[in-house]
Amino acid sequence: MSRIPLADLMEERGWLLADGATGTNLFMKGLESGYPPELWNDEKPDVIRWLHQGFVDAGSDIILTNTFGGNRFRLKLHEAHARVRELNEKAAKIAGEIAEKADRPVVVAGSVGPTGEIFQPAGTLAMEEGVEGFAEQIAALAEGGVDVIWIETMSAREEVEAAVRAARQAAPDLPVVVTMSFDTAGRTMMGIRPADLAALAGELDLYAFGANCGTGAPDLLASVLEMTEAAPDAIVVAKANAGVPEFVDGDIVYSGTVELAGAYARMARDAGARIIGGCCGNTFEHVAAMHRALQGYEPGQRPTLEQVVEKLGPLQQETGHKCAHGHHHGGNGDDDGSGRGGRRRRRRRR
Amino acid sequence: MSDDTQDDLDLRSLNDEELAEQIGDDLYDGLKDEVVEGVGILLERGWDPNRILNDALMPGMDIVGDDFRDGILFVPEVLLAANAMKAAMEVLRPLLVETGAPKIGKMVIGTVKGDIHDIGKNLVAMMMEGAGFEVVNLGINVDADQFLAAIDEHQPDILGMSALLTTTMPYMKTVIEALDRKGVRDDIVVLVGGAPLNADFAKAIGADAYCKDAAVAVETAREFMKRRHNMPAS
Repeated sequence: MSRIPLADLMEERGWLLADGATGTNLFMKGLESGYPPELWNDEKPDVIRWLHQGFVDAGSDIILTNTFGGNRFRLKLHEAHARVRELNEKAAKIAGEIAEKADRPVVVAGSVGPTGEIFQPAGTLAMEEGVEGFAEQIAALAEGGVDVIWIETMSAREEVEAAVRAARQAAPDLPVVVTMSFDTAGRTMMGIRPADLAALAGELDLYAFGANCGTGAPDLLASVLEMTEAAPDAIVVAKANAGVPEFVDGDIVYSGTVELAGAYARMARDAGARIIGGCCGNTFEHVAAMHRALQGYEPGQRPTLEQVVEKLGPLQQETGHKCAHGHHHGGNGDDDGSGRGGRRRRRRRR
Repeated sequence: MSDDTQDDLDLRSLNDEELAEQIGDDLYDGLKDEVVEGVGILLERGWDPNRILNDALMPGMDIVGDDFRDGILFVPEVLLAANAMKAAMEVLRPLLVETGAPKIGKMVIGTVKGDIHDIGKNLVAMMMEGAGFEVVNLGINVDADQFLAAIDEHQPDILGMSALLTTTMPYMKTVIEALDRKGVRDDIVVLVGGAPLNADFAKAIGADAYCKDAAVAVETAREFMKRRHNMPAS
């Protein structure tokens, strides 16, 4: 079936199902620990086809290209930084091929992951360098025919800005989605709160924004609740890991069951998310369970954090989330901006 | 900067106790030049380098560690504080060596093969340095042979391994098995960390402890060093 724009499909449907894990599923096909999955766009395109087809068959409306680490910074480790263009273009074409074979509209999202570097001023990567690197990848994804630029697992505000700026340069006609990983005390490791992303999304004119990866469904839904509260009319994305990784007999397995995946999907809808899917650990079965759970489902009342925990299990993070969980640091409220409760401040100015 | 900012505070106008406290505060705020200046003044005033480390710098870094652990500070602030600490240690380290201050411990650290994630591992390295440990940072994408060679060369008390990907975390087990085969596993404390890990994983692969973040890594390392010091000499 021919492809239609993400916004049109969303308008028609009201909610959309994204896909599940890339790495987890490629592992099952023999991807070795430490090997860059992006090289398989060239070396094992049939496996990547299998991956996308599996999610389309499970009911995904949006599939993400196998290009998460496809920027020059990440590929450099494997001496593949000269292949950014080739690998991203190939990935986009493989996903496009599977999307067009489907008997219903499927949107191809060009996955753009972090550089792995820290941007200035805390780190060393200059904004211009970051933009240039992202633009190289995004241009190739656009060339390969993706329908949306999907910037994911971000932690730093500067990096989001660099990637979005690159998208506007290299693919000005495509909508942009940004999701961040809120894995540290309810914020990203760089200290960005879900509500901060909601505000940034407005400034950057994003089509949608949300949370992915992180530390399991309950924590992710806590972030989603914060975002939908801050921006009730926005299109918010929820892509949670399937529980937490456990190491069993030499393999990584995720604690999140297929049954929980369905419950998570419905709760994500209740929390106001309109694009729902999974991140690490989510197999085709998990996504199929989300599909079954969401099909024909009328979103219920907005859940409280207590209800999320009751249904999906305990939060992993000790956070400033307003709930009866763990200890609270004095003054670490959501509104004081600085978040540095109680410490004596005597800062000098030069 | 907040309203309670005190402009152009003259560090020299402070007495020793106030200055030590101010150094801790400036460290918390990541004010490198001010920290180095303060350390210099205390040295001029005849403070022993070990005392500066223990009474001025370490209390400051401990608060940074606590607030990081408690979700009050995040990576950018901790990086700035750690940079300031590093600058101060560059001044103090040669002097500490001269005075023959007791070594706190030595760590070899790296991100395992296939993984290029630097950030968390560097934070641990910096916080460990901040706590007085000597740290050999092997960088990213470190394979078992490189870990073994570094352990052989530097004879550390602690090995730290980091992985941010579920695709790379199993490699930690490969390294631990290599330590076993070489017969050095029991000579060294193995600490592991990284976003997708947890205590069960650490246990399953035979590590000594999982450290949730840099602050916990420092606490855990100190704890193991205490136990080490208590062990009868072989």
